[in-house]
Amino acid sequence: MDGGLLIEKLILVVALFSITLLIAMYSTYLERKVAAWFQDRIGPDRAGKWGILQPLADGTKMFFKEDFIPLNSDKWLFILGPGIAMFTALMTGSVITWGPNFEAFGRTIVLQVADVNVGILFIMGFVSIGVYGIMIGGWASNNKYSLFGAIRASSQMISYELAMGVSVITIVMMSGSLSLRDIVDAQHGMGWFVFKQPVAFLIFFVCALAECNRAPFDLAECESELIGGYHTEYGSMKLGFFLFAEYINMFISSAVIASLFFGGYNFPGMDAFSGNTLAIIGTLAFFAKIFFFIFVFMWIRWTLPRFRYDQLMHLGWKKMIPIALVNLLITAVVIAAYNGWFNK
Amino acid sequence: MQSLSNRSKLVSNKKLSFMEKLYIPAILGGMLITFKHLFRKNNTLKYPEETKKFAPVYRGMHVLKRDEEGRENCTACGLCAVACPAEAITMTANEREKGEEGLYREEKYAETYEINMLRCIFCGLCEEACPKEAIFLTDRIVPTNFERGEFIYGKDRLVEKVDARIDISARQFTGKRKI
Repeated sequence: MDGGLLIEKLILVVALFSITLLIAMYSTYLERKVAAWFQDRIGPDRAGKWGILQPLADGTKMFFKEDFIPLNSDKWLFILGPGIAMFTALMTGSVITWGPNFEAFGRTIVLQVADVNVGILFIMGFVSIGVYGIMIGGWASNNKYSLFGAIRASSQMISYELAMGVSVITIVMMSGSLSLRDIVDAQHGMGWFVFKQPVAFLIFFVCALAECNRAPFDLAECESELIGGYHTEYGSMKLGFFLFAEYINMFISSAVIASLFFGGYNFPGMDAFSGNTLAIIGTLAFFAKIFFFIFVFMWIRWTLPRFRYDQLMHLGWKKMIPIALVNLLITAVVIAAYNGWFNK
Repeated sequence: MQSLSNRSKLVSNKKLSFMEKLYIPAILGGMLITFKHLFRKNNTLKYPEETKKFAPVYRGMHVLKRDEEGRENCTACGLCAVACPAEAITMTANEREKGEEGLYREEKYAETYEINMLRCIFCGLCEEACPKEAIFLTDRIVPTNFERGEFIYGKDRLVEKVDARIDISARQFTGKRKI
């Protein structure tokens, strides 16, 4: 490994880390603003112009609150919970391709921290570890509401991960690779997978909502029944980590949806550009798609009411998984027929 | 069974159609509704900077009026205290001395005049009972306080200042009553 690659990756990691945190930070602001707009309100507008410094004020508040650990809690697990949630949320960003290759200083810079050849599996794996943060946090709190939240979160994750995985397999079959770079490259121009696999997209999108524990699937923390669920006992920056992890997950989910179904950095008419221009426009297009999906996540949250627990399980096991499996089967048959495997 | 009042409605246990079972059209419809709200005018009143304009008949904190020459209108007749359903008003009367003609309009005046703002229900009956156009309810709000005693307003806070008159023109019945 040469030194240039090391520096390049180091810069990329730091940049990705800070961009992720920045976007997560401003997602909290955007969430409040979007909620306000949907409800004919103004939203936060006191800190700075249009309340633009609101996330900083919120963060400062979080830092200066008492770092409280309940007496009967399992101290180390209580600390570990938000740590795992935050760590897994941040890890998933490393395999996402953020843009076409960039030419600078006589080298080709790949806008991806690690081109893992099982990229999408890596993301699915880390997302499923993410539930451990919630489970451990909810268990260690020694509070019935937290425990309920943790149980709901874990059962929800398990039931929706199956359908999510099956819908991802259809995409993998179409692109012939698990690497996110190959999947994105397979959707050159306007050949986005959402047009070929609308059902898979729908299933993936619903499951992504459930995986992020966001409304209408926010049963793990539903304020009205469980007083915050798994983070009932949390305060200060530990609570901040849980909330932040949720927003990072939302950002990463949007990025994954954009890469899998909406062509990642591909955009119509991209053949007219090349080199660095293509890289910059492609990256911007990718981020535009991500922001659109973050907005849609919020849009759904402030539109739909929360599911009941049995409805959630019903939807996951009896609807999503069969539909995903049938979709997988049809895709498989079509691919086989297209390649002429039936004629051999 | 025949309904007696003919107002009862039969409960519909209609099975959902396939499209309704999909929920997707309903969800998209809901999202369309919320999206339209994005472009609505907001209802927020930025309170400390903006305050809402009260209706002209708003009944807020009382004022004891003076006439054009700065003399107190009140003659301590006690009709307001009698009219008050909450028994919030108390007063003691006194006779006007020589040389006080510039202070009080009539020969009798209220030496003390107290309204307990915690008892007051702001019904405005004192204002209606008053024959001298002395007491009016205004569009001012009684400020909050931590002490109960502070809510008993004496003449120091009820009588309008000569140099800072309280405008009650919006509450006067135009053309019917003249001072």
